[in-house]
Amino acid sequence: MLEIRNLHAAVVEKPILQGIDLVVPDGEIHAIMGPNGSGKSTLAYVLSGREDFAVTAGSVTFDGADLLAMEPEQRAQAGLFLAFQAPVELPGVGNANFLRTALNAVRRARGDEELDAAAFLKLARAAAKSLHMPDDMLKRNVNVGFSGGEKKRNEVLQMAILRPKLAILDETDSGLDIDALRIVGDGVNALRSERFSALVITHHQRLLDHIVPDRVHVLAHGRIIRSGGAELARELEAQGYAQVIAEAA
Amino acid sequence: MPAVAETLDTVRAVTDGGYKWGFVTDIEMDMAPKGLTEDTVRLISARKQEPAWLLEWRLRAFAAWQAMEEPHWAMLHYPPIDYQDAHYYAAPRKKDGPKSLDEVDPALLRTYEKLGIPLRERAFLAGVEASNIAVDAVFDSVSVATTFRATLAKSGVIFCPISEAVRDHPELVQKYMGSVVPPSDNFFAALNSAVFTDGSFVFIPKGVACPMELSTYFRINARNTGQFERTLIIAEDGASVSYLEGCTAPMRDENQLHAAVVELIAMDDARIKYSTVQNWYPGDAEGRGGIYNFVTKRGVCRGARSKISWTQVETGSAITWKYPSCVLQGDGSIGEFYSVAVTNNRQQADTGTKMIHIGRDTTSTIVSKGISAGHSNNTYRGLVRVLPKAAGARNHTQCDSLLIGDQCGAHTVPYIESRNATARVEHEATTSKIAEDQLFYCRQRGLSEEDAVGLIVNGFCREVLKELPMEFAVEAQKLLAVSLEGSVG
Repeated sequence: MLEIRNLHAAVVEKPILQGIDLVVPDGEIHAIMGPNGSGKSTLAYVLSGREDFAVTAGSVTFDGADLLAMEPEQRAQAGLFLAFQAPVELPGVGNANFLRTALNAVRRARGDEELDAAAFLKLARAAAKSLHMPDDMLKRNVNVGFSGGEKKRNEVLQMAILRPKLAILDETDSGLDIDALRIVGDGVNALRSERFSALVITHHQRLLDHIVPDRVHVLAHGRIIRSGGAELARELEAQGYAQVIAEAA
Repeated sequence: MPAVAETLDTVRAVTDGGYKWGFVTDIEMDMAPKGLTEDTVRLISARKQEPAWLLEWRLRAFAAWQAMEEPHWAMLHYPPIDYQDAHYYAAPRKKDGPKSLDEVDPALLRTYEKLGIPLRERAFLAGVEASNIAVDAVFDSVSVATTFRATLAKSGVIFCPISEAVRDHPELVQKYMGSVVPPSDNFFAALNSAVFTDGSFVFIPKGVACPMELSTYFRINARNTGQFERTLIIAEDGASVSYLEGCTAPMRDENQLHAAVVELIAMDDARIKYSTVQNWYPGDAEGRGGIYNFVTKRGVCRGARSKISWTQVETGSAITWKYPSCVLQGDGSIGEFYSVAVTNNRQQADTGTKMIHIGRDTTSTIVSKGISAGHSNNTYRGLVRVLPKAAGARNHTQCDSLLIGDQCGAHTVPYIESRNATARVEHEATTSKIAEDQLFYCRQRGLSEEDAVGLIVNGFCREVLKELPMEFAVEAQKLLAVSLEGSVG
């Protein structure tokens, strides 16, 4: 699904990622953990194509294609989804309209037929229901006046509707209460299949109680310093990052 | 199919280039020689076989115009206009006016079809859409067709070219024309009063709700001509009407002048809703060509509890100078102004409104959305004036500007004059840029950059677009996206 080789990236000439190697096979969920400033969010942005970040070396293959050569919308159309750490507000743009425009852009790119308003609404309502979200989430403007938790849940709703091949969750758990955390977990687990992979970026182990990862990677100073199974997350929680980083050094 | 609802895609298919309405119709024209003198005014009046009172009226306006100076207080820059270097009358050649649609020149029918304006009534009848729209089509100086007149006449509604109203309803025209915008009101209104050639006339009698949307479609076709139309709408006590106007012109390298006058009169409890989608040719990316649009639009709420609502979507013209206004004379009357003005490339718009509160408990609402891209300049200029007797007057103004790129300008010039201590006047203004993170968010969901801009801009304008009649709203949304093509990246 995703193959990252020796990835280096910088923002305003300051190197942030300094040689990341990571392979996420089809159907696997990998967690990226690490302290503040370790480059977790930069990795998410570089993979999704944000222009503020310059890739200075390395390669990324997504489903066999050269991901770094693609425009952000081409990456999305190819099935890459980023759940934003800070979802953006779009005043005056209805959530349903936004999602339908997005879904149809993705469907067009895949050669599928576009959905009309009625068919879309049926699909969107079903998705909202399965995530225990009220219908009115679809009627409101994209993220405008949403609480922090609502914004995160809206990201999960979008993910459920767009059905990506690879979802990157950038600290989706931050600021969530236990119930919302479960909803996010359910949303990811519902997509689990042979053809779905995820990169779950988080500070804390608690989200990983709901989304049990196949692999856990520890990121520090722009490099993966340790990888392991789900138990590594619990070890980090118990010992703290400093200890693990010191051991790796 | 409703007027103007035929999608832009159809039009796009028959033309190319950024402006999709830029084609020229090859048709034999009856033109006045270039230049503007008293003789020109007499010639126009003679061609239109007008009564003596109207010629007198025109000549007085012409005399007033000659004594006036072109105004230059707006934030607009353009080379001096040579008023002698244009034709003031251009009409498709024909023997008499068409008696029915069957007699309309097929070349004209094809032109309007290309523009998406059906002039055949059966097109409506065959359609499945619930709402019907009657259309008056003005081609250069004259009205070429008005649909659904018989249906409207049954409810007592008069909808016809103003030149016909002069002939058939002279008492109404004489009573109301110039009563809202006097011929000497301003330089461009005086010019229009002297040389206006056609336009629409609407009269809704007491107690009648007009049974369908009325619409006028203006088309400039001939080279080196000005278009000077007048629209006069009268709603008697308790009457109501919704009126739409649309405008396009061919792409030409020289500038063409458009100076229209619109007058609205609402008596007790009457309601007039006036919507415009202005898409005159804006000129090319370097600012060559385009329409100079100097328009005076004013409505007077003469009666108690009457309401006049202006909605405009301005995407075209090289220069826009336009301030649709409401004179709130009747107690409890209501004025509204909803505006979206888009400027791209080298376009300049100076537009806004005037709300004059005269009666007690009058209210006005102003919502203005300005979008600037390219090297354009977009100014909101608005006046809220509360006169001493307007106790309890209220106004709320909201002006939002959206900038795309860093070469354009947005300006807000509000004037507030309150001479009654009980009045409440509120003004809010914001300026924002389409943020990189908004664009990236949309693109990460699979939208192209242009679709993302279209979506964000339409969201920004939503409060105004929702005021438009349904068919127009769809059209306007697409127009916004087309107008801003190539403005990012």
